[in-house]
Amino acid sequence: MSTTITEDQIESLVVESLQTFGANPEDITREATFEALDIDSLDLAELSQIVHEQYGVELKGSDVAEVKTVDDAIKLIAERL
Amino acid sequence: METIVVTGVGAVTPLGVGARTMHERWSAGVCGVVDGEGACADFDPREFLSAKEVRRADRFTQLALAACQEALADAGWSTGEDGDRSGVGGHPYAPERIGCVLGTGIGGIGTLVDGQDTLRERGGQYVSPLSVPLMMSNAGAGALSMAHGLRGPSFAVSSACASGAHAIGSALRMLQTREADAVIAGGSEAGLTPLARAAFSALDALSKVGISRPFDARRDGFVMGEGAAVLVLERADAAEARGARVLGVIRGYGATSDAHHLTAPREDGAGQAAAMTAALADAGVGPEQIDYVNAHGTSTPLNDRAETAAIKLALGEHAKRIPVSSTKSAIGHLLGAAGAVEAVATLLALRDRVAPPTIGLTEPDEGLDLDYVPGSARPLALNGYGDGSAHGEERPVLALSNSFGFGGHNAVLCLEAP
Repeated sequence: MSTTITEDQIESLVVESLQTFGANPEDITREATFEALDIDSLDLAELSQIVHEQYGVELKGSDVAEVKTVDDAIKLIAERL
Repeated sequence: METIVVTGVGAVTPLGVGARTMHERWSAGVCGVVDGEGACADFDPREFLSAKEVRRADRFTQLALAACQEALADAGWSTGEDGDRSGVGGHPYAPERIGCVLGTGIGGIGTLVDGQDTLRERGGQYVSPLSVPLMMSNAGAGALSMAHGLRGPSFAVSSACASGAHAIGSALRMLQTREADAVIAGGSEAGLTPLARAAFSALDALSKVGISRPFDARRDGFVMGEGAAVLVLERADAAEARGARVLGVIRGYGATSDAHHLTAPREDGAGQAAAMTAALADAGVGPEQIDYVNAHGTSTPLNDRAETAAIKLALGEHAKRIPVSSTKSAIGHLLGAAGAVEAVATLLALRDRVAPPTIGLTEPDEGLDLDYVPGSARPLALNGYGDGSAHGEERPVLALSNSFGFGGHNAVLCLEAP
């Protein structure tokens, strides 16, 4: 499965999710921190559900707790695929 | 006891967005019930809240947040700049001294139902992490506290259809005991879901014809509605010191329980009357000083009969001399929001010296013989009562606002307008 999913696709999914959570689209870059985007632990719990549904990958709470930026999240998901 | 005043009000009801919109439309005889329900069709949460706030709030909380914004602005409190409504540092009191009490009968039932649907259709792992924080009954109180930086005591009050009145009564006590210097109090409900419809129908409580006509011989149950109301309460001396406009006074509060039946009131109305009498005693006034009663008036056969008995028990002969009307004839039954919405409606009616109507009442039921203000509004208390008291234009006017809930909870507020 991992061979069919590109990092660009993961980025699209993450960006789309963040927009759904209420982050300002213009502020969403790879370097942006979740703190600056006003994305909190509840949003990341939702993101984990979306990732699980899309890719079948389980992200644990302890993994997600370490994630600080959009780039961190994309890399974490890519690693687990 | 300390005098506690109302300095701001806000409401979202089936008559529209805004407390004064409700007051003006009800007084004009407009009914907000459409297709047998009182929905807040004009309410778009995005007009009041950011996209994130909308996602983070069940509809009952969204309604409360909108009503709260209106109430704070009405009270002349700072609501922040550039969309920042945190208000910290901008309120007239220290944030730690501002409380928040919000009543709700059910809480976030829409969120609960969505979570159940997800559980059944997609599995437990997809139930939203927002489910609990949105559905919990205290979500509204928490949201108001967070949105406006209220750091004093905040919590929900739940007593079914008396919740809104109990919330205001609790806020009154919180101020009188100096637990807080100001309290944002109110009620909110958003229960228009198939589940609630089915559940109330199973109790035979909902009107089958979809008409709310309290005290009428043809009444056959209540019409469910949704909405919210919020009041800003402060001590009179502090409000005066900051030059606030005073809308009215919460003169008294009385609460009792029937200890009788899960859903039915006592037929003799004794428990309800005791709450009315307690509110009068708390206010330090006699029955003959009351100018108007805002009835609970649900349009159910049992309530309207028991409540009529209760009003007679509590007010004696005076009961027949004053207007008694039901806001629910104009907006349906807002359940946990009803007590707060009706307190706001009562205050604004008193201020304008108007007795708003019981809409749809044309054939009073046998034995229901009070002056229910059928059909259209009337000027209030233009005459004294033969006891030498001043006319209503010249003195403050007083009303009782009744709220009774399943479980036998009775809460009555005594309200005064200058």
